[in-house]
Amino acid sequence: MISWLKQFSSRNGVGLSVYLLGTVTLWILVMIILPQLLMLDFSFRHNWHHMDPAKMGGPEDVYTLVNYHFLLYGSPNNPDPFNVVDVTVFFRTIIAAVFVTIFDLAICYPIAYYLAQVAKGARTRFMVLALIVPFWVNEILRAFAFRILFGEEGTLNAILLALGILNEPIDFIREDVALYAGLGYAYILLMIFPLYNAIESLDKNQIEAARDLGSSWLRIHRRVVIPFAKPGITSGCTMVFMLTAGALALPQIIGGPSSLWFTQIIYQWFNTGSNWPRGSAYAIVLLVVCIAFVFLVMRIFKVRIGEIGR
Amino acid sequence: MSADVQLENVSVRFGDFTAVRDASLTIEGGEFFSFLGPSGCGKTTLLRTISGFQEPSEGRVLIGGRDMAGIEANRRPTALIFQNLALFPLMSVWENIAFALEVRGESKQQRLKRADELLELVALPGQGNKKVDELSGGQKQRVAVARALCAEPEVLLLDEPLSALDLKLRQHMRTELRAIQQRAGITFIYITHDQGEALTMSDRVAVMRQGMIDQVSDSTTVYDHPETAFVASFVGGNNAFSGRLTATNGTEATIDTPDGTFSARTSGHSALAVGDQSIVFVRPESVFFTQASEQGNLVDVTLVSQEFEGHFWHLVLETSGGRAVRMSVMNDGAPARFLPGEKLTIGFSAANAIVLPKGELAAE
Repeated sequence: MISWLKQFSSRNGVGLSVYLLGTVTLWILVMIILPQLLMLDFSFRHNWHHMDPAKMGGPEDVYTLVNYHFLLYGSPNNPDPFNVVDVTVFFRTIIAAVFVTIFDLAICYPIAYYLAQVAKGARTRFMVLALIVPFWVNEILRAFAFRILFGEEGTLNAILLALGILNEPIDFIREDVALYAGLGYAYILLMIFPLYNAIESLDKNQIEAARDLGSSWLRIHRRVVIPFAKPGITSGCTMVFMLTAGALALPQIIGGPSSLWFTQIIYQWFNTGSNWPRGSAYAIVLLVVCIAFVFLVMRIFKVRIGEIGR
Repeated sequence: MSADVQLENVSVRFGDFTAVRDASLTIEGGEFFSFLGPSGCGKTTLLRTISGFQEPSEGRVLIGGRDMAGIEANRRPTALIFQNLALFPLMSVWENIAFALEVRGESKQQRLKRADELLELVALPGQGNKKVDELSGGQKQRVAVARALCAEPEVLLLDEPLSALDLKLRQHMRTELRAIQQRAGITFIYITHDQGEALTMSDRVAVMRQGMIDQVSDSTTVYDHPETAFVASFVGGNNAFSGRLTATNGTEATIDTPDGTFSARTSGHSALAVGDQSIVFVRPESVFFTQASEQGNLVDVTLVSQEFEGHFWHLVLETSGGRAVRMSVMNDGAPARFLPGEKLTIGFSAANAIVLPKGELAAE
């Protein structure tokens, strides 16, 4: 350790070494590990609003699983065998996030392939710019714009009615079409750029070699491009999945009135419910399940964690 | 099965740039044919046009008599070996080799069997389960050949596949490739900027310059009877004396140059008339030491430097006019005979010199 430090500082100079080690340590400890540990600690406590302040820190202020129990079974007078509302919302959120991820992958793969292997020079730059610039519009504005676009009297309905494709308007917001479109769009860049990076480093000759040996385009993608781009696909999918499952603003604004996102329940416990321990427990469960799910999928597709960073 | 390849007035243009200009030639079935030229001469473009990755702007490509217009690369009876080989790194060696069979939907058993046969052919038996990265440069080379042969092409196209190998291996692979070609009995079209490769392996060589084909001949003819100044200067070392033709009898001509008046044989391909600007070419190995009192082509020179290369001494000489002349002397075991700065007289016979019309010379 000492010798490593010596080597590190002789390679980077003392000033830079102190800066790098200092900021990285601070970042990891203060911004990542500590807050999450506090949340973890909260999640195992009784809600202090129900506790006599005099007893706080006393012998009755003990660790408990009550918050996790609540997520699974609800309140003690819940007639159902488990907490139907919260558990259902939880799994619906995960499944919807998977759906949004697959949807994004399907949309972004052809675009990324085109940008990385087909388009040249000025056209690539223009297309990348066209992808980035719309994201200068902030999330809230974009979300409300989607409301206008997808609303019962919105632009999309107006067009479809005018074209005679629909006889009466569809409430895209109630049907959650707006939410999925919004979430799909929100993280599209996080899918495109990892894919682009991965595909861009593929030697064009490999594609031509496969072509030359008689391969159809479909097989070239299946056997040459996709296996090569797998690390990029994984990192894109991971980011989109995590961010979608953890999204809050979009479900709040363009989610249908009857469909709750799990993050909204968490938010309610923290905010209106004033129950931080319960909110923490819910958030921890979401985090752990999402990470476990990502690792499971990576194992199925035989991707190692180290490859994502490439 | 081998097929012949015919190019009929093929031109390839990229915008304003003409990469291949009006190329016409026929490559016989079963022939080992090389395109030789400096980088940027259009030889790779021509190869891509034959393989189907590039459509000609004008003209036709026929393989086995069949017009290839509109037929994509995956439907042509050709297989291309890329300069960087382009093996699939995520597939094992046998999967690489049998890829063409996988495309055709053959069973795994069939593919494994064929891959084993081909590994045998390229002298890599039992290496099928290795990863591509575990192979050496020469082994990768053979896998690339096997992968291409597995597609059972009628024409195999090779784009400088030996350029990444070291000298010894390159020389070995030349012999190997030639042997594989004879065993497989198919047409090989080989692209290279290395004249050694082209001359040793090929039945015939096409020398290219700026998108044009200057000469198509067998190796010895290209070397001994160049048809243009470019071919003479690009293939092998050559000394060039520019001057004006003063007399000719059809087979031999006399040329006045600043370094002296020389006689040289004429090329049957280029009619030179008295008064034409022309160049006399003499190979370094055709130059010999002589006396100023002798008859024939004589030049007075000063020795500038000498280099020892095993079987030859390479001398750099300078004429009184300041022109560099290269000379190669067989190493007969005697120590270096001359000192830099020494005045010498050299000569060459008219039969070993050729006069060609003035034209573009290859870059040194």
